[in-house]
This record gives sequence, structure tokens and C-alpha cells, in this order.
Amino acid sequence: MKEGNRMLSLYTLLVFIFLLGPLVIISITSFEPGTVLKFPPEGFSLKWYKNIFEVSAFMETFRTSIVISLLGNLLALLLGVPAAYALSRYRFRGRDTLNAVFLSPVLIPGIVLGFTLLRYLIVVYNLPIVAGLLIGHTVIMLPFIIRVIASSLENFDFAVEEAAQSLGATRVYTFFKVVLPNIRSGILAAILIAFLESFNNVDISVFMTGPGISTLPIQMLTYVQNYFDPTIAAISVILMVLTAALMFIIERLMGFAYFTKR
Amino acid sequence: MNKRVLLLLLPGLLFLAVFMLVPITLTIASTFVQDGKLTLEGYLYFFRDGYFNRILLTTLRVSVVTTLVCMVLGYPAAYYISRASARKKSLLLALSIFPLLTSPVVRSFSWMIILGKKGLINSFLVNTGLTAKPLDILYTPTAMMIGLVHLFLPLIIITLLGVMENLDHELVRAARSLGASPFAAFRKITFPLTVPGLIIGGILVFVGSLTAYTTPALLGGKERVVSTFLYQNAMTLNDWQAASVIAVIMIVITFVVVGLMNAWANRLNPKG
Repeated sequence: MKEGNRMLSLYTLLVFIFLLGPLVIISITSFEPGTVLKFPPEGFSLKWYKNIFEVSAFMETFRTSIVISLLGNLLALLLGVPAAYALSRYRFRGRDTLNAVFLSPVLIPGIVLGFTLLRYLIVVYNLPIVAGLLIGHTVIMLPFIIRVIASSLENFDFAVEEAAQSLGATRVYTFFKVVLPNIRSGILAAILIAFLESFNNVDISVFMTGPGISTLPIQMLTYVQNYFDPTIAAISVILMVLTAALMFIIERLMGFAYFTKR
Repeated sequence: MNKRVLLLLLPGLLFLAVFMLVPITLTIASTFVQDGKLTLEGYLYFFRDGYFNRILLTTLRVSVVTTLVCMVLGYPAAYYISRASARKKSLLLALSIFPLLTSPVVRSFSWMIILGKKGLINSFLVNTGLTAKPLDILYTPTAMMIGLVHLFLPLIIITLLGVMENLDHELVRAARSLGASPFAAFRKITFPLTVPGLIIGGILVFVGSLTAYTTPALLGGKERVVSTFLYQNAMTLNDWQAASVIAVIMIVITFVVVGLMNAWANRLNPKG
């Protein structure tokens, strides 16, 4: 068995090299001083990091991405928190079905969802592209918000809420003063997970671009298809640092149990 | 359901109805109508066309291979992580979640650096004299497959890890105390109990590969899969009727695959 264990740990090591190696390579190539991406790089330079700030399209789409993710998050919270509360707090007929309906946006292939949104929001409902972008991102964030918040409500003892109400507190007052503070870290984690989901989204955003409107991933996609300089490697590094920071906060807030739960 | 519950659910339900259910239903309905008449012509046109059949076949092939490779790479790794010490386990879990949360654009792009004509693999092959000329790896189905395995491997590892954590280790210990070798205990107890999880993980990878857009768009070059073909029809050719038909075909395949594999996983589940 000792032999078997060593084989297994070597195998796992190779799997993780495959998984993380490319991300390490992209990070190293971002310091290439020349104009063509190379590994190993021929020197050390930060000029491609500087280039990110000089190409205005990157800064503009970065801003759009942030604004859409934050506004969409807010909308998804307004729609999702009451739903998650109702689904965890009350037992009623059709609850499982409704639960499935709220999680259904993740079942529809993203690219299909993106296309149907383009076809109906922009062309039939006649909404401006920015509104379509915002709505599309809200749709895909909603399941994450509901799932994470519902799972933190599972650990909340609703007897506490009943106790507060029996002492004369109104339902709304109890919700804001008793329930919300107790699931605060779950809500924050939900916001961060939904934010990453929206910020990295391509499938919806790729259909919702117009004059002067695009998101950072779409801008990166277009850039890569036309140029092969280290700018995208430099942006990738910045995005990975951002991801790692958010991941660290998510871990602090609720651990990683959410990810392994199905 | 009382009025209070309904009131809490209504905003979200209305939002999804107006901005998801209605658009999708109308898209599906639109594919059966042409010149004001009910017809299947939209679909027949596609399946009569060898080009589309080839794209569909490439997509299915790439997805099947991706799923199998992910299972082969992911299962032993997840098993190792589940048996590791607490510290090592949380480190490896974090290292699996990090790529999962990293942008697919970043992750696919990293493979362009590795697989390209002047990429890492080709400069190694040429410098060591193993090949005279750089190989064409980037912009082939193989490149897509490598990128997709990289994209979905963390997902299957994490799913399997969840299943393995729930495994009752008393059963394994009982088998061992009754004289089973570690391998026999694995083969008779651990593996059968985790196979449903492997299938669930497989569903996630397969459906993900079938519908992924970013990775095939970056690594596939001119090689099309259904998702990039949908995009091309909608945005480049402006043929929305064709794009809608592809969208419906994608939805149908997704639901059929998920349904069949779920049923299979349930049948294999010894707990019923």
C-alpha cells in the first residue's frame, strides 16, 4: 500500500501541475520586455502593465464590468433575498418546483441564454444595450445569490425569530434586526461569488456589446484575437490577484464547504 | 402557499418569467414557424447539411473525450485529497477552487502561450530536435479538448470530493477488519459508493464542454463547435432563424444528456 500511496501522491502532483502550471506560465510571460509573448521571457519589464492603463478600452470596459457586476448584484439581492428566505423558512406545496425555477438559469446553456436575451430584450422589448447587459447579468447571478443565502439560512434557527416576534417585534423588524445580522457573512459570500460569476461572464456579455459598450472579458477576447503581445498576460495577473483576494475573503466568511456541496 | 410567501417569491419569479422564460419559449416557438406556416424546415435544413452535422459531431467528440479525461485525472486526485491530512486537504481544495474562480478567458489564453507555433511545447520539440518543424496543435480540436479539460477538471475534483467526504468510512474499516486488502476494500466499497458522484461530475463536465464558448473561440481557430457556430450565425451572419434552431438543439441535447445520466446515476446509487 505504501507503494500505492506514493504513486497516488505523484499522480495528484502531476494533476495539480497541469492545473496550475499554465497560470504560472502566463504570470511569468507578463514580464516579457519584447512585443511577442515568449516563455521563458527574454528579460524583465513592467511595460505591459503600464500598457493596460494606456489602452483606454481596457480601463473603460473594466469600469463597465465593475458597474454592471455591482448593480446586477444589488438587483439580484433585492429579488433573491426574499425568495431565499421564503424557500428556507416556509414549507408549502410546490416548494421544490419553485426552488428549481429559481436555480434554472444555470441549467440553460449560457450562450443560448445570451442569444435569446439579445433577440428579445434588445430587439423585441427594445431596451438599450446597457439595460440588456444589466438584466442578463442579474439573471445569471440570481441562482448563486439564492443558493448561497439559502444554505446559510439552513444553519439559522428560526426559533430565535419566533421568540423575537412573540416579544412583540414586527416581522420586518425581526428580519432586519435578527435574521439578517445572523446570516451577514453568508450574504457577503453570496455577493462575492455572484460578483466573480458576473465579472468573468462571457456568454451573456458577448451578445450585449454596442458602440462604446463592452465588458473586460469581451475586450480581452477581441484583443487576443487580433494581437499577441503580453498585455493580456499582464491583465491576467491582475485578475488572478483580485480572484485570490476575493477567494481569501470568501474562505474567511464561510469556508469552502459551499463549493463541495451539491 | 399563503399570501406572504407568494409576495416574497413574486418579484424574483416575475423577473425570471419576463427576462428568461418568455424569451426562451418564444425562441423555441419561432423555430417551428416559417412564412406564417408551421414547419420543421428549420431543423431539416440543418440536419440535411453535412457542415452542421460535422460541427455537431466534433462538439460531441470533444465533449466525450474531455469528460473521460477529466474523470481519469480527477478521480484519483479527489481520492487522494479526501484521504489527506486536514492541512494538506484545505490547501489542495483551495488550489482547486482558485482556477474555478479564475476567468475562462485567462485560463484559455494561457494555453495559447503553451500550444502555439512558437509556444512552450513547440519550442521544446524543435530545440531538442524531436520534430523538425513546429506542430499544429493550437486551433485544432485537440487544443480545445486540452483547454476544456483544464477548465472543468477543478469542477469534477470538487464534486467528487464532496461525495467522498460523505462516504461512510466505517464501511471501509469494517471491510478491512474482515480481511479485505486495501485495494479490495476500495474496489468493493469506496468505488461503487462514489460512482454516482463520478457520473454527476461527468454530467457537469459534459454539459459544460458541450456549451462552452470562450475556450473553443480562443483555442479552436476556424474549427467550429455548436456554441461558436450559434454565435457566428447570430452575430456575423445575422441569421437569427438559424441561431434559434441551434439554440433549441443545444437545449434539447443538454436536457436529454442530463436526464439520461441522472437516471443512470440514480440507478447505480446503492442507497436508492
